[in-house]
Amino acid sequence: MLTSALQLASGTPPQLLPSRELMAFTLASHILLVPFGVALPFITLVMHYRGLRRGDPVALKLARRWSAVMAVQFAIGVVTGTVLSFEFGLLWPGMMGRWGDVFGLGFGVEAWAFFLEAVMIAVYLYGWRRLKPWTHFWLAVPLPLAALMGAFGIVAANSWMNTPQGFRLDQQGRPVDVDVQKAVFTPMFGPEYWHFVVAMFLTAGYVVAGVYAVGWLRGRRDRYHRLGFTVPFTIAAVLSPVQFFLGDSAARSVFHKQPVKFAAMEIVWKTSTHVPEYVFGRLNSDGSISGGIRIPQLDSILAGFRPSTKVTGLTSVPAADRPTPAEATIVHFAFDIMATIGSVLVLLALWYAWVWWRHRGLPPGRWFYRCAAVAGAACLVTVECGWIATEVGRQPWIVYGNMRVSEAVTHTRAGGIWAVFGVVIVVYVAVFWSFLAVVLKMRTRWRVADETAAGLRAAVAPEVDTPYGPRGESDPAAVGAPAGGSGTGPSDRHPGGDR
Amino acid sequence: MMADLIAWVLVVVIAAYACGGGTDYGAGFWDLAAGGAERGQRPRWLIDHAMAPVWEINNVWLIFVLVLMWTGFPTMFQAVFTALWLPLVLAAVGMVLRGAGFALRKPSKRLARRRVFGAVFAVASLVTPFFLGAVLGAVASGRVAVGTPASAHVWTGPTSILAGLLAVAATAFLGAVFLGADARRFGADDLVGYFRLRALLAFCAVVVLGVVAVPVTHHDARHVWHGLTHGLGLLMMLLSCLAGVVTVLLVWLRAHRWQRHTSVATLALAVLAWGFAQRPYLLPTSMTVAQGAGAAHTLRWLGLVSLIAAVLVGPALFLVYRLDTQGTLEPLTDTDTVASGLPGDDL
Ligand code: HDD
Ligand code: HEM
Ligand code: HEM
Repeated sequence: MLTSALQLASGTPPQLLPSRELMAFTLASHILLVPFGVALPFITLVMHYRGLRRGDPVALKLARRWSAVMAVQFAIGVVTGTVLSFEFGLLWPGMMGRWGDVFGLGFGVEAWAFFLEAVMIAVYLYGWRRLKPWTHFWLAVPLPLAALMGAFGIVAANSWMNTPQGFRLDQQGRPVDVDVQKAVFTPMFGPEYWHFVVAMFLTAGYVVAGVYAVGWLRGRRDRYHRLGFTVPFTIAAVLSPVQFFLGDSAARSVFHKQPVKFAAMEIVWKTSTHVPEYVFGRLNSDGSISGGIRIPQLDSILAGFRPSTKVTGLTSVPAADRPTPAEATIVHFAFDIMATIGSVLVLLALWYAWVWWRHRGLPPGRWFYRCAAVAGAACLVTVECGWIATEVGRQPWIVYGNMRVSEAVTHTRAGGIWAVFGVVIVVYVAVFWSFLAVVLKMRTRWRVADETAAGLRAAVAPEVDTPYGPRGESDPAAVGAPAGGSGTGPSDRHPGGDR
Repeated sequence: MMADLIAWVLVVVIAAYACGGGTDYGAGFWDLAAGGAERGQRPRWLIDHAMAPVWEINNVWLIFVLVLMWTGFPTMFQAVFTALWLPLVLAAVGMVLRGAGFALRKPSKRLARRRVFGAVFAVASLVTPFFLGAVLGAVASGRVAVGTPASAHVWTGPTSILAGLLAVAATAFLGAVFLGADARRFGADDLVGYFRLRALLAFCAVVVLGVVAVPVTHHDARHVWHGLTHGLGLLMMLLSCLAGVVTVLLVWLRAHRWQRHTSVATLALAVLAWGFAQRPYLLPTSMTVAQGAGAAHTLRWLGLVSLIAAVLVGPALFLVYRLDTQGTLEPLTDTDTVASGLPGDDL
C-alpha cells in the first residue's frame, strides 16, 4: 500500500499509458470476433436444421457458406485471444501475481470450454463432406453450449474485477481464505453475463442479416437472399427487446454494486436526490456539465423508480479513487451511445414485427433494408461502447477497491511497450484487413457463381473443385445446390483440376 | 499434496502442447523449407491438409498452460512474465502471425497473396518455438527468480539458446514424422519418402544439439542437469532416447504404423524428464512448488477443473483425432459452397 501511495505522489508510472492502450486495442479487436465465435455456430445450425428438415438446398448452401466463413473467423479469434492471455502476464503481472489464484479459475473453465469448442468446430467445419448429414448436425449441436461456457469463464473473471469478493486480506494486504465459488459468482456476474450473451447473439444476427440486406438493396431479391436475411434477422429482432431489459437491469446493478461507476456513466457529480439525466454532455473538472440534453429528475427515476432516489456522485470518494472527469465523459458517451443504439434496435425490431404481423412477409421498403444493413455495424459499435463503459468506468482500479491499475502494471520501460504497441497495431491491421479481404473475396466468388448459375453466363468459367481431395458425391448434403431458386443451376460438378 | 499434483498437471499439459503444437510448428518449418511455389506445391498442399482441422485444438494446450500457471502458481507466473518479457512478446506476436498466416492462406487463391501468407506462417513457425524453448531454458537454468527484472541476460544464456534450438529441431522432427504418415494416408506416395528423409535429418539435428547440451548445461543449469543425469529424470531421459531411436528405425524401415506414437513418446518423455529433474522447484533453485502454490481452496478446484477437462476433453480429442486419421475430416471445397473463380485468381 505504501508503494502505491508513493507512485501516486509521483504521478502514474510512465508505462501505464502504453500498457492500457495496448490492452484496450487488443481487447477491442478480439471482441469484434467474439460475437461470431459465440453465436454464429448457433445461427448456422438453425439454418442447417432447416435445410436438412425440409430438404431445402438453399438453406444448406447458406449453412455451408457460413461455415466456410466461420473457419477463417474462428482462427483469427483464436490467435487474438491467445495474445490476450499472454498480455495478462506481460502487462499486468502485479494483478496476476497477487490475485491469480482468486479469480483465475474462471479462465480454467474457459480453457476447457474452448477445447470442446475447438474440437466441435473442427468436426463441424470439416465434416460436411464425409459425415452422414444428421450425424454431422448432431455432433455440432453442443457447440453453442460450449461457447456459452467459454463466455461464462471470461465474464466471471471480468465481473470479479468489477465486484471482487471471495477472499479476506491479511495484515500485509494479501488475499487469504479464498472461496472460489464466491469469487466466481460475484454480484455483477449475473447481470453482466446475460447482457453479454444476448449482445453476442444480437450482434451476430444483425451483422449476418446486414450482409443480405445489402444484397437486397443492390437488387438481389431471390430466395437465397430472403432466407439469408430472415433467419438471422429474426433471431436478432426477438432478442432486441430482451436486451433492452437486460441492459436496463445491468445498469441498475451497476447503480447498486458500483455506485462510482454509475456516477461516471451518468456524470453525477454530487450525491443527491432528484438527479437529472444528461443525454450526452461533457463533465468539466469543476463538476459543471457542458452540452447535452438535461432531463430533470430522470436519472433518479431510472435508478430507483422515484425522483427521491439518492444517487451517489463522483465526489463521494477522493479524487484518486474515481475516474477523472475526462474518463467519466468517455464512460458517459460510451454508455449513452450504447443505450441509444439499443433503443433504436428495439424500434427496428418492432417495425419488423409489425409488418410481419400485418402482412406475413418481409417489409417491402428500401428504408427498412437500409436500417437493417446499418444495424450490424451499429451493434459492433455498441459492443465496443459497452466494454468501454465497463472498463473505463472502473478506473483507477484494476480490482475494484483493492488494487490500482498502476500497482498491477509491468515494470518494463514505457518505450519498449510503445514499440510493441506499434508492432501490434501493424500486425493487427494487416491481419484484420486480410481477413476482411478474404471474406469479401469469398462472397464475390459465391455471387459470381450464383449469377452464373442463374443463367447470366459471364465471361468467367465456373470454379473447379479446389485441387486435391476426393469428391463427396455420396453425401447428399454436399451436393452442390442450384442457386437462386432457379432450379436450373449446375448441380453438375466439375471434376477438373485435380492433381 | 494438491500443489504437487497441479504442478504435474502443468508438466503434462506442457508436454501435450509440445507434442500437439510442436507438430504444427514442425509442419510450418517444412513449409518454409519446401522451396519455391512450384517445387514446394505438393508438400505445402499436404501441410495444409494435415494441419487444418487440428491446429486450433492443439493451440488450446497453450492456453491451459497459462491458466494453470496463473491460477495455480501466481507468483511464478508473475516472475516468469516479468523476467522473460521480450521472448514472450516475440512468441506471442509469432503466434498471431503463424495462425493468421495459415488460416488466411487456405482460402486465398491468388498466388502472390498465398506466398505472403505462407511466408509469414512459415517464418513465424520457426520463431515461436525458438522463443518458447528459450523461455523454458531460462527457467531451467535458474535465471528467473521472483523480482528478477527483464533483461536479455536472462534468456540469452547457453541453456536458453540450446533449448530454443532444440525446440525447433524437435518440432521439425515431429512434423516430418507426422507428415510422412499423413502423406501415406492421403495417398501421396511421393511425399512419404520426402518426409522420411527430413525426419531422419531432423533427428540428427536433435541428437547433435542434445550431445552439445550435455557439457554446456553442466554448469549453466546445475540443478536440472543433475536431475537429468540421476534417478527418475535419467530414466525418463533414457526412455525418451529409446523412443527416439525406435522412431528412427521405424521411419528407416518404412514401418509407418507406430512411428507417430513413438515420436510423440520421445518428446513427451523428454518433457517429463525435465519435470522430474526440476523437482522440487518451480523456479530452480529459488522457489519450490510448495512455496509458489496458490490458495489451497483454488488448487482443489483447479484439480477438479482439470479432472472435468480430462473427462470431457479426452473423448472429444480422441474423436477428432480418430476422425482425422480416418480421413473423415475434409475442408469444404468451392463446389460445396458453390463458389466461382474470378478473373485474376491464378489458382
Ligand atoms: C477479464 C478481464 C477483462 C475483460 C473480459 C475485459 N477487460 Fe478491459 N481491461 C482489463 C481486463 C478485461 C484490464 C487488464 O484489467 C484493464 C487494463 C487496465 C484496466 O483498468 O483494466 C482493461 C482495460 C481496458 C480499457 C482501457 C481503460 C482505460 O482507459 O484505462 C479498455 C478501453 C478496455 N479494457 C476495453 C475492453 C473491451 C473492449 C473488452 C471486451 C472484450 C474488455 N475490455 C474486456
Ligand atoms: C481478457 C479477456 C480475454 C481473454 C484473455 C481471452 C482469451 C482467449 C483465448 C486464449 C482464445 C483462444 C482460445 C482457443 O485457442 O480456442 C479466445 C478465443 C475466444 N474468445 Fe476470448 N478472451 C478474452 C475476451 C473475450 C471475451 C470478453 C469473450 C466473450 C465471451 C471472448 C470469447 C471468445 C471466444 C468465443 C473465442 C473462440 C474463438 C472465436 O470463436 O472467435 N473472449 N479468447
Ligand atoms: C438500452 C440498451 C442498453 C443498456 C441500458 C445497456 C447497459 C449496459 C451497462 C450498464 C453496461 C455496463 C455493465 C458493467 O459496468 O459491468 C453494459 C455493458 C455492455 N453492453 Fe450494454 N446496454 C444496452 C444495450 C446493449 C446492446 C444493444 C449491446 C450489443 C449489441 C450491448 C453490449 C454491451 C456489452 C458487450 C457490454 C460489456 C459487457 C458487460 O459488462 O455486460 N449493450 N451495458
